[in-house]
Amino acid sequence: MLAFILKRLGLLIPTFLGVTIASFAFIRLLPGDPVLLMAGERGLTPERHAALLKQFGFDRPLWEQYFEYLTGIFQGDLGVSLVTKNPVFDEFFTLFPATLELSICAIIFAVVIGIPAGIIAAAKRGGPIDHSVMGTALVGYSMPIFWWGLLMIVFFSGILKWTPVSGRISLMFYFPQVTGFMLIDSLLSGQKGAFTSAMSHLILPTIVLGTIPLAVIARQTRSAMLEVLSEDYVRTARAKGLSNFRVIGVHALRNALIPVITTIGLQVGVLLGGAILTETIFSWPGIGKWMVDSIFRRDYPSVQGGLLMIAGIVMIVNLIVDLLYGLINPRISHD
Amino acid sequence: MIRKSLLMTALIGASALASFSVSAKTLVHCSEGSPEGFDAALYTAGTTFDASSRAIYNRLAEFERGTTTIGPALAESWAVSDDGLEYTFNLRKGVKFHTTDYFTPTRDFNADDVVFSFARQLKKDHPWNQYTAGTAWEYFDGMSMPSLLSDITKVDDYTVKFTLTRPEAPMIANLGMDFASIVSKEYADALAASGNKEDLNQKPIGTGPFKFLAYQKDAVIRYKAHDDYFAGRAAIDDLIFAITTEPAVRHQKLKAGECHFNPYPQPADLQAIKDDPELKLPQQEGLNVGYLAYNTKVAPFDNANVRKALNMAIDKQAILDAVFQGAGKAAKNPIPPTIWSYNDAIQDDPYDPEASKKMLADAGVSGLEMKIWAMPVQRPYNPDARRMAEVIQADFAKVGVTVEIVSYEWGEYLKRSKDEDRDGAVLLGWTGDNGDPDNFLAVLLGCDGVGGSNRAQWCHQPFEDLIQKAKVVSDPAERTALYEQAQVVFKEQAPWATIAHSVVSKAMRNEVTGYKIDPFGGHVFYGVDIAE
Repeated sequence: MLAFILKRLGLLIPTFLGVTIASFAFIRLLPGDPVLLMAGERGLTPERHAALLKQFGFDRPLWEQYFEYLTGIFQGDLGVSLVTKNPVFDEFFTLFPATLELSICAIIFAVVIGIPAGIIAAAKRGGPIDHSVMGTALVGYSMPIFWWGLLMIVFFSGILKWTPVSGRISLMFYFPQVTGFMLIDSLLSGQKGAFTSAMSHLILPTIVLGTIPLAVIARQTRSAMLEVLSEDYVRTARAKGLSNFRVIGVHALRNALIPVITTIGLQVGVLLGGAILTETIFSWPGIGKWMVDSIFRRDYPSVQGGLLMIAGIVMIVNLIVDLLYGLINPRISHD
Repeated sequence: MIRKSLLMTALIGASALASFSVSAKTLVHCSEGSPEGFDAALYTAGTTFDASSRAIYNRLAEFERGTTTIGPALAESWAVSDDGLEYTFNLRKGVKFHTTDYFTPTRDFNADDVVFSFARQLKKDHPWNQYTAGTAWEYFDGMSMPSLLSDITKVDDYTVKFTLTRPEAPMIANLGMDFASIVSKEYADALAASGNKEDLNQKPIGTGPFKFLAYQKDAVIRYKAHDDYFAGRAAIDDLIFAITTEPAVRHQKLKAGECHFNPYPQPADLQAIKDDPELKLPQQEGLNVGYLAYNTKVAPFDNANVRKALNMAIDKQAILDAVFQGAGKAAKNPIPPTIWSYNDAIQDDPYDPEASKKMLADAGVSGLEMKIWAMPVQRPYNPDARRMAEVIQADFAKVGVTVEIVSYEWGEYLKRSKDEDRDGAVLLGWTGDNGDPDNFLAVLLGCDGVGGSNRAQWCHQPFEDLIQKAKVVSDPAERTALYEQAQVVFKEQAPWATIAHSVVSKAMRNEVTGYKIDPFGGHVFYGVDIAE
């Protein structure tokens, strides 16, 4: 097991280096530079433009800039935002809890509904339930997030007035950030109604962000279940007279879960990508919205730092998923 | 079933709490973006100014709320020397800086604060000139202050003298701009001593109507009324900026009562806002102009008659309908009507394709092919440049001119459009900084701006003489006459097709009273109240 973890960690190093190059190059491939955007319509004289590029260090050869960036990473320094003048590391971790909280809720929502829906669809294969579950999943998967979010807001917040429009908590609550997770901080604050308010603010963004993963998980669960249900051992279990619930819930599901877990792991990347739109719609102060703003402002340190952190998180989650295989199915050995 | 209804009750309860029953005197502003920081002099964006200079700070002179008229603020009065090179300011006494949980001032505002606020921007060797990574005093530099200011000296605790290198009539208006906000030297000293200089940009201390309470990045900014504000305490107790970047969501929040004020309603929502009995929508012409700048250095656009002919081919009403959806006004001058010296006597070129065709033929132009540059971004003076370019393309086709529409990424667009040998006419615009005609005419059409902000590359001596003279005379009547004449010359020479001034709309709930639209595009909440 330890050897497996070390081997996987070893593999992460070249991947990580690749990500540093990609994140460094990506923002520089975009036309325009931060100095020009800062000046706007007013414009700059070529001398002032050159002076500012020099001041920010963008006049130096790319390899030199990259080397400095890489050295900074190994010292835990992702640089300073060109716009806010704050360290990128601090900015990321100020905003990351909001994204993490929303992503966790979205993945729980997707798993809790997606897996049972997939199982039921597989168990009732070809029937009306199967068709409706898969039809709904296809619609969910095809739904443009932006449109879906606005539709939810207009319907549930605008017309029915069941949920707040956007934000993380009602503005009437004001307490210092302790963990960055609003559900926890609202409980810690001891303010009456704060937790309920935070919960109500999470409902719509969770549904919107969780819709695509839910659809993917439901479809994956169904197909994995169908495959497993046709295996000999399932037939044997049925022949032994085990209940349908036991056959599906214990014998089949356990084996069917392997590809589903892989899918869930891969959805983490999807969630972080989907968070960009969801956070914009719901004024959710997370890293997705921050990344978009940084790209538009050509805030090089923020974009490359943010991409690196996100890629790092996705890599770690995938490592954890690999390790989980062994726990779910002991036949898969990491030794 | 019971469980379901309990859930609904909880949700409805939470949602009801969410609408602001915070306090009768809390104003929630659904701001359109996050501030970059709180030291206004470091930035150029209006969103940042709303959150910093316009709420927290004051300047020596300030524009009267809702006007472009400059008047006393932290300076009670000033005197200008006969040669126009020395400005002496008499400072207001008894002005208090904010007391917060991170700073308690021990003295009132005085000349040290003024000298500090400007010297840090002017002097490269000043200890605060580079106080954060990559500090650039972009607005100060952009307004040519380094070459204009020779020195700033403290005469006594309540008198400050600015020495200029040349006479500059718009000087007082310049000092009303956001970059000229006065910060506390005592606070800066305390931060320097504790090694936390960056906090000047994160935890601001000013003299303004609201004091900073907290900023939750990209989410909420909270302010409290400054009890000792020298012009009188604000009518509201708390001011909250709820950062909501998506326009459709801002509209929903306003309707749901989650905020009182939507600074930028979408054109498509204007009618719904007007029809909503709980909302109101004051409107005003913006301090801006959208234009199509020909490259007057390239044939055949070096011929004023050709430019005039093309201007007569543009159906501005069609543009107002298609692009501004009614929220615009046709522009005939290069300055908006809200600016003093606007020459209303000037007649706009009539829309007359037949006359245009004849003028082009007279100028020997036939089968002309040209490019029109369409900006890739939405701006107040041009909500949809691509659409505008398409309308002009269709108009020009009617007079036999073939147009190819081109566009570039915004930074590239700004850069390439400055080239003196640029191929094509550029759609662009300008929003005024200080309400002075010089800020439009000299910046956008002066000879110094050729190869820069003068996108028409137009250097016309009679025009230049007028605006240069207006820059140095101090008599307002004389300046007005000069600028009026300059607009006449502009109209004759037609370096641009002046397209439109946008009409600015602000959406708010009915209970908001006393709001005045800021001609500079800012959002000022001092003087605003909430009816109970």
